[in-house]
Amino acid sequence: HRKLLPNNNKTKPKGASFLFWFSPFLAFFLVILLLPLRLRNHHHFDVLWCSRRRLMSPPLEHDYIGLSEVPSAAVGGGEEGALNLKATELRLGLPGSESPDRKDKVGLTLELLPRGFVSGAKRGFSDAIDGAGKWSFASGESGSEVELGKGGGLFSPRGEPVAGSSGGQGTGGKDAAAKAAGQERKGAVQVGSSVGDDRAMAPAAKAQVVGWPPIRSYRKNTMATNPSKNKDDADGKQGLGCLYVKVSMDGAPYLRKVDLKIYKNYKELSSALEKMFSCFTIGQCGSHGIPGKDGLSESRLMDLLNGSEYVLTYEDKDGDWMLVGDVPWEMFTDSCKRLRIMKGSDAIGLGKYDPVNVLCYIF
Amino acid sequence: MVRGFGWAAAFPDEVWEHVFSFLAADADRNAVALVCRAWHRIERRSRRRVFVGNCYAVAPAAAVRRFPEVRAAAIKGKPHFADFNLVPTDWGGGAEAWVEAMAEGWPHLEELRLKRMVVSDDCLELIARSFKNFGVLSLVSCDGFSTAGLAAIAANCRNLRELDLHENEVEDNCLNWISHFPESFTSLVSLNIACLEGDVNTSVLECLISRCPNLKTLRLNHAMPLEKLVSLLQRAPQLVDVGTSKFSADHHPELFSKLESTFAGFKHLKSLSGIWEAGPTYLPAIYSVCESLTSLNLCYATIQSPELLKFVSRCKNLQRLWVMDLIEDNGLIAVAASCKLLQELRVFPSDPYGVAPPISLTEHGLVAISAGCLMLHSVLYFCRQMTNAALLTIANNRPNLTCFRLCIIEPHTPDYISQEPLDAGFSAIVESCKDLRRLSLSGLLTDRVFKSIGASANRLEMLSVAFAGDSDAGLHYILSGCKNLRKLEIRDCPFGDKALLDNASKLETMRSLWMSSCSVTLGACRQLALKMPRLNVEVIDERRGRPLESWPDDFPVEKLYIYRTVAGPRSDTPPCVWTV
Repeated sequence: HRKLLPNNNKTKPKGASFLFWFSPFLAFFLVILLLPLRLRNHHHFDVLWCSRRRLMSPPLEHDYIGLSEVPSAAVGGGEEGALNLKATELRLGLPGSESPDRKDKVGLTLELLPRGFVSGAKRGFSDAIDGAGKWSFASGESGSEVELGKGGGLFSPRGEPVAGSSGGQGTGGKDAAAKAAGQERKGAVQVGSSVGDDRAMAPAAKAQVVGWPPIRSYRKNTMATNPSKNKDDADGKQGLGCLYVKVSMDGAPYLRKVDLKIYKNYKELSSALEKMFSCFTIGQCGSHGIPGKDGLSESRLMDLLNGSEYVLTYEDKDGDWMLVGDVPWEMFTDSCKRLRIMKGSDAIGLGKYDPVNVLCYIF
Repeated sequence: MVRGFGWAAAFPDEVWEHVFSFLAADADRNAVALVCRAWHRIERRSRRRVFVGNCYAVAPAAAVRRFPEVRAAAIKGKPHFADFNLVPTDWGGGAEAWVEAMAEGWPHLEELRLKRMVVSDDCLELIARSFKNFGVLSLVSCDGFSTAGLAAIAANCRNLRELDLHENEVEDNCLNWISHFPESFTSLVSLNIACLEGDVNTSVLECLISRCPNLKTLRLNHAMPLEKLVSLLQRAPQLVDVGTSKFSADHHPELFSKLESTFAGFKHLKSLSGIWEAGPTYLPAIYSVCESLTSLNLCYATIQSPELLKFVSRCKNLQRLWVMDLIEDNGLIAVAASCKLLQELRVFPSDPYGVAPPISLTEHGLVAISAGCLMLHSVLYFCRQMTNAALLTIANNRPNLTCFRLCIIEPHTPDYISQEPLDAGFSAIVESCKDLRRLSLSGLLTDRVFKSIGASANRLEMLSVAFAGDSDAGLHYILSGCKNLRKLEIRDCPFGDKALLDNASKLETMRSLWMSSCSVTLGACRQLALKMPRLNVEVIDERRGRPLESWPDDFPVEKLYIYRTVAGPRSDTPPCVWTV
């Protein structure tokens, strides 16, 4: 099983030692509390911190998912003593990395970083998501020419995500691969929309055509967010088949909207978002697409290295801003009201260890 | 004997202005303006209402310059298919250019109606500050603004009569924007905040309602609980148009009787909407208003058929009914029997993605309505099955149809009895309904239906086509016929270059053409753009990043939007849009 890094290597030793002491008890309660939960799509290993971490201000400088620059930091070791959670037996997995019937098992294992991870660089959302499988650039689905898709590749050094951004189906494989020359992890990153993610969600509705039947998105959203209580159906959310949420990005001039229902997991969502917003991260894209591969990938690199990577957050039903990726996908789509792509430097509070918060949550 | 057009000088300008004031239709005024220079001058100075169907068809400054005395403007932005997420969110349709030009040139503007445009808070603030006598703001299907912008409107528009927010995407960052209406503000006649998601301060709203004696329309949003709704409505028994909030709550006899008495107090209520999540518990409380209702909008109300039937069949004077398909065929048959004055029917799908078992709403419901409601002229109907025979019957029953929009949910669905395409049925509709102005097709259709449409639909102004046709001939039939066609929108049809190029000049007589997922190539677009300089040919492609110039002629165009314009290519195209 893959192991993810402990999320926070900047916490004060004081807090960490407190947690170290407390961890067995916490872990015990965790097992009790979370036992009935299915943690299949739980991307973030760190349940202990609280499986729904809240952003706090002022934010700490951090890669949101808590993966530090030092991937070799011991799994479960070091200051993150509390992360010695093998004993707690709660297993969290990344997509594709477990067999479907893992729900019977309750082991907690910390996930390793994906292979090919290059230390020293911060990773963004989709890196963390797709721990399973080798990351390689999506092979060219159409055309052999490798080009920088307008939406692709430059948001992150990963291959161009193939999820459609214009509301198209999340598994569209029609985009050209984006190879970012000069970027690190070439050949190591794969973003295939549903490759490797064969673990099905709850039986999905049959594939929907974009914009058909012709129902206004306002209506769809309204019906989806205000489900009828008259029909007695199992899940509260009516199958209006879509759930549009606004996505804003710090510094971008306008919002986009994505339909969460067309994505099956965080990886697809992140791919689509990267594609949608890559233009902004590069600043002046020119009026049509990306000017040049090299120049941009350089600045892209600089961005990464300077730590101005973007992190993805969402506002949940209670109005709190959370990091995306903490909870199972279904829970996320149920509670997500809107998304926001923040600069990593702004999302400093993410992952900050706060015993009070943790304890309040757990107890 | 006065030569040439000298007779125009026989009367002073004011007389002609007065004569022209009887011309309501813009088309008539346009015709008048072409007669002679004097009339052109007089007409343009006296035009008070301007309708801009496509915000990019003319430069804002030009419009403002031409008609300096405008008091009411209506502007539309994005193409209709933007409602179904086919248009990228950054496509355009920003209102700033227009609002700035209007602020400069039309300081006396009183009414502004925007549809499918991107309106920012800055725009709203500019509107609030620039027009001293501003009275009516209507935003339909717009986005880009928040309640902070609304607060600016509330605070500064002293004479605001109408604030109509219909199905917009509004950010909620100013919770108490309603309290920005000053204490001295009493002119409100119509308030529609149904699309706001956040809570509205009920007590502030109550004060506002109490001090506005002319309030006729009040549409509230979903968030308000039923008890508060009742106490609000009690303050305004003069209301003519009410949009309620949530209509469900645990059963309380007191609440029930309060609701009942409140609604019984509405002596003038004609229009009812909202009723989100209505349950059988509270619906009977409002039976008292049914008789007087002329417009009923239950399209968000997931009431099941028996209660729905009971409610709707009491509304004997109903002219407009919007309802969910939960009404089922039985319900529609009952409506056909009781609502003899019905003019407009819209039936929306409660479960369009087929997750739940299908409702028993079929073609029979529509046939019954067409037989029973003699004044029916406008239909929007979502269903899962249809036959040619049913369409023929409808066509024969209701030759007075002006708007017929049928959406069979599954694409390419044939006549379920004969398994044939629905060509015959739709042909009957266009041949029988001579005044048909708007038509939306669905189901399995070949080129034959387009032949009929091209030949018979002489009054047709707007046509929506999806998943239909066999070849270019289909598009050719439409473009070479349909004399009055203004808007054509097509998706997922095998229409290609030839028909488009052969009928290039037709496109200048239309407002716009939208084609997505068809078989048009970039080469044809280039040829078209060369041939017709007064068209903007916009190629929309969100997948690629390379500039348009480098793509070959046989590159398939994903989405195409063509519209006539005198303003030239627009300057605010986003990266995914190229003006060829």
